[in-house]
Amino acid sequence: MSTVSITLGEVAASLALIAVAIAVSFWRRAELEQDIALAVLRSFVQLTAVGYVIQAIFDTDSLWLVVALLAGMVAFGAWTARGRAKAVPGATGPIVLALSVAAAVTLGLVLAVGVFEPEPRYLVPVGGMVIGNSMTAVAVALDRLADEMHDGRRQIEAMLALGATSRQAARATVTRSLRSGMIPLIDSTKTTGIVFFPGTMVGMLVAGAEPIDAVRLQVVLLWVLLGAVALAGLIAVSLGYRGFFTAAHQLRD
Amino acid sequence: MTLSIRSGSTALLGPSGSGKSTLLRLLNRLGDPDEGVVRFHGTNVRELDPLELRKRVGLVPQLPAPVAGSVADNVCLGPRLHGEEIDPEGPVRQAGLDASFLERDASRLSVGEQQRVMLARALALEPEVLLLDEPTASLDSAATAAVEDALGNLQGVSLVLVTHDRAQAERLAERTVELREGRVATA
Repeated sequence: MSTVSITLGEVAASLALIAVAIAVSFWRRAELEQDIALAVLRSFVQLTAVGYVIQAIFDTDSLWLVVALLAGMVAFGAWTARGRAKAVPGATGPIVLALSVAAAVTLGLVLAVGVFEPEPRYLVPVGGMVIGNSMTAVAVALDRLADEMHDGRRQIEAMLALGATSRQAARATVTRSLRSGMIPLIDSTKTTGIVFFPGTMVGMLVAGAEPIDAVRLQVVLLWVLLGAVALAGLIAVSLGYRGFFTAAHQLRD
Repeated sequence: MTLSIRSGSTALLGPSGSGKSTLLRLLNRLGDPDEGVVRFHGTNVRELDPLELRKRVGLVPQLPAPVAGSVADNVCLGPRLHGEEIDPEGPVRQAGLDASFLERDASRLSVGEQQRVMLARALALEPEVLLLDEPTASLDSAATAAVEDALGNLQGVSLVLVTHDRAQAERLAERTVELREGRVATA
């Protein structure tokens, strides 16, 4: 298997496309030049830094370091999702739990069925994918939850007035929020291979793997992600809705 | 403020912003006061199970909030939340609708009809007290008359009616309490 080696000069040359993006923004006055520049800088710095971290973890081959890195990803993912779900009171705990459980269960499962060996070179990238996708799903679901709790306040309070518990009054809202968190990944899974090639498969093909091997790994990862996102979304909304209610089954102001 | 509401029918009258709806929400603990005590039959409502209290003290909201489904689904909703099945026809008739409404889609009724479905839904729990928050504020005069008729014919349930309409208070209530700026103006 041939390996791909990219020099820093070649990386710099790919900035030509960034020049196109900035030119488009400037020409159409989209005012995204600064954001694009920041995105470019951050993607380079963050990925380079994490590249060295991963290299160090691979070199030491320590599972504890893997766990520490994944915990760091959960913390950062939770912080990011929290920012997008500001309108959900007390969402930090549910988000951290959602991301942690999603990562632990899915990684545990792929190890148990023997898809991967318990080695850093598998656990780190797969864990990162699981946590990243779960973070997006949780953020979308909780954002929707906050909107629905706000817009549906009258209906929810009418249910409470009939003696419904908070859980009963929020059930339909919670379900709709879970759906909106899961649908983007389900849709992209449906169109995979037709509309877009997922990253793992692209990476393996570019790196010289056999197409069938690349496809099998990609399929496993997509299915694992679906499970992870469902689990993370379920935990986040099932616990997150409670922040809107008091212990006496009242809506908070 | 100090206010004692006896059984029978009581209207809380006052301009918007006078705290009528807020006061009503304290009576079935959809809200709690920052200070002070609300008692029901002499017991601090904070010591009661809020779910049981809301069964005994029902609420008809200002705007109808039906759930998706038929009128019967809506009327049976309250009892079902408590694990009971009822015949929805009785409450529907009490609310001034006939049995032909039972299978109709609640979301496709007029606002006035929906408001009577809300009344039937509250009555289905056989409450001791019914709280009515401007129940005709969004209705035209014919629909208002229909809702008032239904309320006037109710038996065995105390009413606490919030309204800004003095004439309605006099039509429906034995006693009127007037509120201004969060205080009892006349009782």
